[in-house]
Amino acid sequence: MKLRDRNLRDIYVDLLLDYAEKNPDMVIVEADLMKALASTRFGETYPERTVNVGVAEANMIGVAAGLANMGKLPFTHTFTPFATRRVFDQVTLSVAYAKLNVKMVGSDPGIMAQLNGGTHMSLEDVGIMRTMPTMTIVEPVDGVQLAGLFPQIAEHNGPVYIRLLRKEFDPIFEDNQAFELGKGITIKDGKDVSIIATGIMVKEALDAEKMLAEEGISASVINIHTIKPIDADIICKAAKQTGAIVTAENHNIINGLGSAVAEVLAENCPTPLRRVGTKDHFGEVGKKDFLMEKYGLKAVDIVAAVKDVLKQK
Amino acid sequence: MKDRQYLEQKAKEIRIQTIESIAHLGVGHVGGSMSIVDALAVLYFDVMDIDPKDPLKADRDRFVLSKGHGGPAVYSALALKGYFDVEILKTLNAPNTKLPSHTDKNLTTGIDMTTGSLGQGFSAAVGMAKAIQMDKAPYYIYTIIGDGESQEGQIWEAGMFAGSQKLDHLIAFTDYNKMQIDGETNDVNAVAPLDKKWEAFNWHVQVIDGHDVEAIQKAIANAKETTGKPSMIILNTVKGKGALFCEGDIGSHNMPVTKEMCEEAIARLK
Repeated sequence: MKLRDRNLRDIYVDLLLDYAEKNPDMVIVEADLMKALASTRFGETYPERTVNVGVAEANMIGVAAGLANMGKLPFTHTFTPFATRRVFDQVTLSVAYAKLNVKMVGSDPGIMAQLNGGTHMSLEDVGIMRTMPTMTIVEPVDGVQLAGLFPQIAEHNGPVYIRLLRKEFDPIFEDNQAFELGKGITIKDGKDVSIIATGIMVKEALDAEKMLAEEGISASVINIHTIKPIDADIICKAAKQTGAIVTAENHNIINGLGSAVAEVLAENCPTPLRRVGTKDHFGEVGKKDFLMEKYGLKAVDIVAAVKDVLKQK
Repeated sequence: MKDRQYLEQKAKEIRIQTIESIAHLGVGHVGGSMSIVDALAVLYFDVMDIDPKDPLKADRDRFVLSKGHGGPAVYSALALKGYFDVEILKTLNAPNTKLPSHTDKNLTTGIDMTTGSLGQGFSAAVGMAKAIQMDKAPYYIYTIIGDGESQEGQIWEAGMFAGSQKLDHLIAFTDYNKMQIDGETNDVNAVAPLDKKWEAFNWHVQVIDGHDVEAIQKAIANAKETTGKPSMIILNTVKGKGALFCEGDIGSHNMPVTKEMCEEAIARLK
């Protein structure tokens, strides 16, 4: 399977097709966004295992819960705001509380809704799903990571929310990189500060690391792909090693990765922290670069946060 | 097929156990529990292919109480059917109970789906019926929704989909007792005409006396003979049916029940 230079959704659908061959109980449940995810390809191969409920996200989750209750393994999909805030109660009760095994994909996370604008921009979805007992939250950064984590997601017995880019992505990992659900990855080892990043912010963190190196600041870069349960060990280890932490996420700094890291630090290893992310405001229409710049999500913003946190060290 | 006398006796026993379990705690969802008892008697003691000795057998019929607050009546039916001891009914809503107000499949043997947030159980029942269709399995999904519950948008999302998918192994009932917490259903937010609504959603619709066990048996038989459509059986019912102290009262949704009220109601039933 080709894991770079193609849209992430095409890799995801390849993974669905591969897994469907192994597991006859696997089904997909969609809500009129099959063309957006390109899962029409799955529908053509497995029409009898494809359920499209139309524009009815609450029913999509309910139907998925019912399918899971009969032994199926449903993968649902819609855009991130509709996969989370619109169906918060359905996911909470019909899936999580009822202990039904449903995998839920939200596509175009955070600012990646781009030209769909503020209404489609979920800057709170991680927070919503993080408050839900038993929920696992995964934000794959590239094709290699998605492919590495997919079988573990599918085999995990419990609900999983996957924050999925649909289109182009920055390749971060080599093909032979191993991934473990719930375990962060140190991409770059440094000594002055640790940048903990997820999703599209990993590329910015790596760029920031280079900029900092030019100024003589040595930064670790850690990728957290599983935001819940959070890898407390790698966070505390980084805190001890570098004494300062900066988080970077395509999400509100409230209740997302930054908050999860802050909770770990405050309870286990208090360490100066800065959070890069959207600053508790709604989204708006615009292309990725415009929004990243406007909302302070670029490498230069991470560099500024690093310099600020180092003063507190 | 069980006869009228047998099923009416079962319905009476379910009513007595339901009132007793609620009275034991002193408060509970009497009204909407009592109105579905006759349907439960027919389902659990005549129609459904289930085995209390093997409650999770794969090829069984399933029942989803989408109006989850009717749990006490279902628990009584389950206990009388032999899923657990009738003495356990007295633990309704007690600390660490296996019998919570709203049905929970992870707590109670014999409960097929967790419900309580209205509209959601119906959606899950539709998903379960979709699984039966995928597998070309012979068994059925039965579900009861409330008339007040029918004000939830999710009911109609799920109903539209079930009709569109021709889920003919889904047999649903509406407990049309015409009352909800804040008043008469058609005053609060008119659900009528329910029959025309379900017909328009491509369902096979029957309207019957929801307290007539033979009418319920016959309607289910008709539903099973209907192919290419899910079935909605609208049960004309009386909220609190059989509970002397609250029969037909809007206030019966969730109310205190004293020992005296319980004894009097049971004496009347016997």
